[in-house]
Amino acid sequence: MTTADLLLVALGAVAVGAGVLVVSTRHIVRAGLWLVVNLLAVAGCYLVLAAELVAWVQVLLYVGAVVVLLLFAVMLTRAPIGASDDLDRPRWPGALIGGGAGLGLAALFVSGYRWSRVDLPSPGTATALGEQIFTAWVLPFEVVGVLLLAALIGAIVVSRPDIGSR
Amino acid sequence: MPVWVELVLRVLAVVAAFLTLPLLIGQTEHKVMAHMQGRLGPMYAGAFHGWAQLIADGVKFVQKEDVTPREADRPVFRLAPVVALLPYLVVLLVIPLGPSGLVAQPLDIGLFFVLSVVGVGVVSVLMAAWASANKYALLGGLRAAAQLLGYELPFVLAAASVAMAAGTLSLPGIVEAWRPWWLLWQFPAMVIFFVAGLAEIRRPPFDMPIADSELVFGYMTEYTGLRFAFFVLAEYVGILVIGALTTVLFLGGWKGPFGLDAELGWLWTLIKVAAVSFVIIWFRVAYPRLREDQLQRLCWLVLVPLALAQLVLTVAVKVAL
Repeated sequence: MTTADLLLVALGAVAVGAGVLVVSTRHIVRAGLWLVVNLLAVAGCYLVLAAELVAWVQVLLYVGAVVVLLLFAVMLTRAPIGASDDLDRPRWPGALIGGGAGLGLAALFVSGYRWSRVDLPSPGTATALGEQIFTAWVLPFEVVGVLLLAALIGAIVVSRPDIGSR
Repeated sequence: MPVWVELVLRVLAVVAAFLTLPLLIGQTEHKVMAHMQGRLGPMYAGAFHGWAQLIADGVKFVQKEDVTPREADRPVFRLAPVVALLPYLVVLLVIPLGPSGLVAQPLDIGLFFVLSVVGVGVVSVLMAAWASANKYALLGGLRAAAQLLGYELPFVLAAASVAMAAGTLSLPGIVEAWRPWWLLWQFPAMVIFFVAGLAEIRRPPFDMPIADSELVFGYMTEYTGLRFAFFVLAEYVGILVIGALTTVLFLGGWKGPFGLDAELGWLWTLIKVAAVSFVIIWFRVAYPRLREDQLQRLCWLVLVPLALAQLVLTVAVKVAL
């Protein structure tokens, strides 16, 4: 095992552990904070796999914006300190679906690749990524752009009663 | 020199800068604010014009009782000041001081790294605000979250403009590509970046989350002793980081008005950072605090459209050249 392997396993363990805590903790806000740990660990995995840009985009968007928005919304509505015992969580179906999907995917990968060695592609630098996006993947990129714009306009229309359907 | 010795030296240099420069900025703030308001400021600590005031403050903070409120969420409450301070320390690692690798850790995508790590700071504010179990703290935290989410957008867009102009995301690369006429070309972006940066570090006039006349002290209300000192230190490091980023992105970093960049580059950088920090302190004295609605209005109706226009301008000039 190389250092990179060890790091990957350690970060993966942190990510899985934090992920389990996100869904099992009884403290609502702490669940959000565990999600931060989980996302940072996943970003660390990206870093070990030499996908620098993806890692920092993950931190910028997910930790810096999505989770903050989530915590913000939770704190605006109901965020008691201490355990909330009245959370309704479909425990067993959730565990079954989550664990099943995880194990299934793992089995799929193991059967797909066995122990064949896959060389890492060249590091995902900004230059390489930019070249790929603006040559081979221009059309999907533009489509995603239009989709996001539509979502943005839709959100504005939905949230403003004065310009919505009357 | 073996690799690890060099690495340790670089990290030690950053830690030294992290421990001294913010104190220098804090002392400057005490004195500059005092003189702008017709006072003398600290005069006794250390005998000469109160130069040791912040050291004395530090000693005082250490001696104070470390109180955690009974109803607080202890681990989160105790962790928050550390989370506030850590991102800024990490950011200092990639800020170039001079040419030819005078930077702790050159990164290919340094700009992205800086933007994403600075964004993590808001998590600490939310942690502190919620874990304090205090209404004022929670209100301050909500204000901070709304403010930081909003101002993140013009902050990133302005930085994107200069990255597009330079054609690189590496901070030394941006300084390398910088030319004096960019001062004009990227001027709106510089103003946007600076103002949004002020809001990011919650400095007056953007200190709605702290607002001592209405929220006691916002998300820091319940903090005492060393943990409170950490938050104050984070504010001063924030000034340093915003000053350094404005310098590197928009003011040409180590480039001086006459040659000798290779020898004097570090000095130019420090002078420019000091100048920007001075302006940040000046803002605190000169402007009253914005109201919450004015704050959001400024962000969404002024800064974001301006930043988008600047992006168009950058592209137009870049394509025309």
